[in-house]
Amino acid sequence: MSDLRSDDDRVLDERGDDTVEAELEALTGAGQLRQSSLWGDAWRKLRRSPLFIFGAVISMVLVLMSLFPQLFTRTDPRACDLSKSRQGPSAEAWFGYDVQGCDYYANVIYGARNSITIGFTVVIGSIIIGVVLGALSGYYGGGLDTVITRLTDIMFGLPTILGAIVILTVLNQSLGRTVWTVSLALVVLGWMVPLRLLRSSVISVKGADYVSAARAMGSRSRRIIARHVLPNSTGPVLVYATIAVGSYIGAEATLSYLGIGLQLPEYSWGLQINSGQRWVRDAPHLVLFPGILLSITVLSFIIMGDALRDALDPKNR
Amino acid sequence: MTDLQTTPYADMPGPGETILEVRDLAVEFRTRDGVVNAVNGITYTVAQGETLAILGESGSGKSVSAQAVMGILDIPPAVITSGEILFQGDDMLLMSEEDQRQIRGAGISMIFQDALSSLNPVFTVGFQIGEMFRTHRGTSRKEAKAKAAELMDRVRIPAARERIDDYPHQFSGGMRQRVMIAMALALDPALIIADEPTTALDVTVQAQIMQLLSDLQAETGTGLILITHDLGVVNEVADKVAVMYAGRIVEEGTVDEVFTQPAHPYTAGLMASIPLAERPGQRLNPIKGTPPNLAYIPPGCAFHPRCPMARTGKAAQPGGDCRSDLPVLREVAVGRRAACHYSEELLHG
Repeated sequence: MSDLRSDDDRVLDERGDDTVEAELEALTGAGQLRQSSLWGDAWRKLRRSPLFIFGAVISMVLVLMSLFPQLFTRTDPRACDLSKSRQGPSAEAWFGYDVQGCDYYANVIYGARNSITIGFTVVIGSIIIGVVLGALSGYYGGGLDTVITRLTDIMFGLPTILGAIVILTVLNQSLGRTVWTVSLALVVLGWMVPLRLLRSSVISVKGADYVSAARAMGSRSRRIIARHVLPNSTGPVLVYATIAVGSYIGAEATLSYLGIGLQLPEYSWGLQINSGQRWVRDAPHLVLFPGILLSITVLSFIIMGDALRDALDPKNR
Repeated sequence: MTDLQTTPYADMPGPGETILEVRDLAVEFRTRDGVVNAVNGITYTVAQGETLAILGESGSGKSVSAQAVMGILDIPPAVITSGEILFQGDDMLLMSEEDQRQIRGAGISMIFQDALSSLNPVFTVGFQIGEMFRTHRGTSRKEAKAKAAELMDRVRIPAARERIDDYPHQFSGGMRQRVMIAMALALDPALIIADEPTTALDVTVQAQIMQLLSDLQAETGTGLILITHDLGVVNEVADKVAVMYAGRIVEEGTVDEVFTQPAHPYTAGLMASIPLAERPGQRLNPIKGTPPNLAYIPPGCAFHPRCPMARTGKAAQPGGDCRSDLPVLREVAVGRRAACHYSEELLHG
């Protein structure tokens, strides 16, 4: 009796899977069976989301650009000819020339590296801090949680730009202004958001039955955090990370524009906009091109984050 | 401990040695709005091969008492205020956290009510069953998976080897509960606590799961604590039953005796509320009133406001005023205990 009914169950289950799989195969052309965990589902959804693909392709191009700028331009961004200063776009110089008469296209391409490096470094750094402290604070609660939460509140009180000006001014004396000091300043001012996100999702996951079950089955706290709590609570942080890459690239540009981020002769879109603004009336291309690239970059990461959030949202299943 | 895991129990169908003894256990929840007295001094024992049913309404403290035994209460707000939990003679409440952890899962394991939410959605069932071996025995990943497949066979999941890499949501409710049972059985525990194992399942599947549990129990000789509010389930599988009301055991005895001749008016009320096939079309006969709020348990006998037999003031015997005198759990007949001043009247009419 029991086996009969069980077989029925199985048939039903399998049928359900098969139709879904068939549908998916038809849509994606890839027959990846048995992948339907939370992340598996999300990945399938993402592959079908035009927005995500758009964002992913653009950010891939940008990452490639920052790793190998030579692939995009053969011109040396340092080979300048003052007689060509501020000349507009033409067939041989697509983005025109800057004040020094250097090829602006090459300059903008080379500017991607610093922006992208800072975007990723800051996000990785602030997420490592946020995830570790957020997991501890959410899982153990009590006094540790109080200390971490209060510290977070205090840090939230600091205005990012003002804080970055102070930190970078202080660091300037000893370390100078490099990609790494700018990243450090942004990490110091930015770890609170992922911490709060993770802490709150850890608190909600901590109450889940499978966490009690794992405890009842004799798992150690460390194992429970690693196996049960973190895999089920990183979704919101991941979405944040994707969006944050874009906004930190913007933040670097802002700081460089304000004169407290990177400094010449580094390449950076913020610096380029900064130095171009003086001639914006007769040579608008100096602001326009780095501005367009900056916007596209920020936009592509934000679009990916949005698509990821939709894919991970259980309500959309 | 090691003895436990190697001794075959197959030749031991009846009750044997005591595995778990809970003495005078009390648990309260200290919340901002006051103290909730969830469990107020309960005592019971479970022996090898024996099934003890803990029967009670929602909020009677039956699940909290089991969570206290498993060590999965959230402390705070919960506080174990008194009592001993003796597992094979050793008080778990006095043990180090690490010793307790080693008992959990290997010595005592638990089956939860809702198998879907008790299984981690991001891992395959095979992986999760295998975790039992990996956390307790340090078994390799590959070996753990092979053992998981064996266990899935043992709980009669068809085509276990093919389904081992499936995720919990790909299983039906009954199959998921079988996965939970496989996890609970994995390390041959001496005692399994099943907290309403069939409540989330439909009736036909309920019967299969209970059948499976009792078959496996007969095979392995583990003790079983079955926490439930389902009188039918108790009647079918349990040897002993403890009826809980407002955090206390109000009656205890063998299932046959308690069901046919209740010694506590609350149990009598429960029996009277069962709809009977012989009396179709009749109105149901519920117990009047509602269970007490555990933050404000009535003084005296907690059941007295709802009790048709309650006697107060001059009508009561000396020391038997239901509104002010707390009835203790006492022997009311051979092998039977009840916490009512007037059990004898109920028993002998």
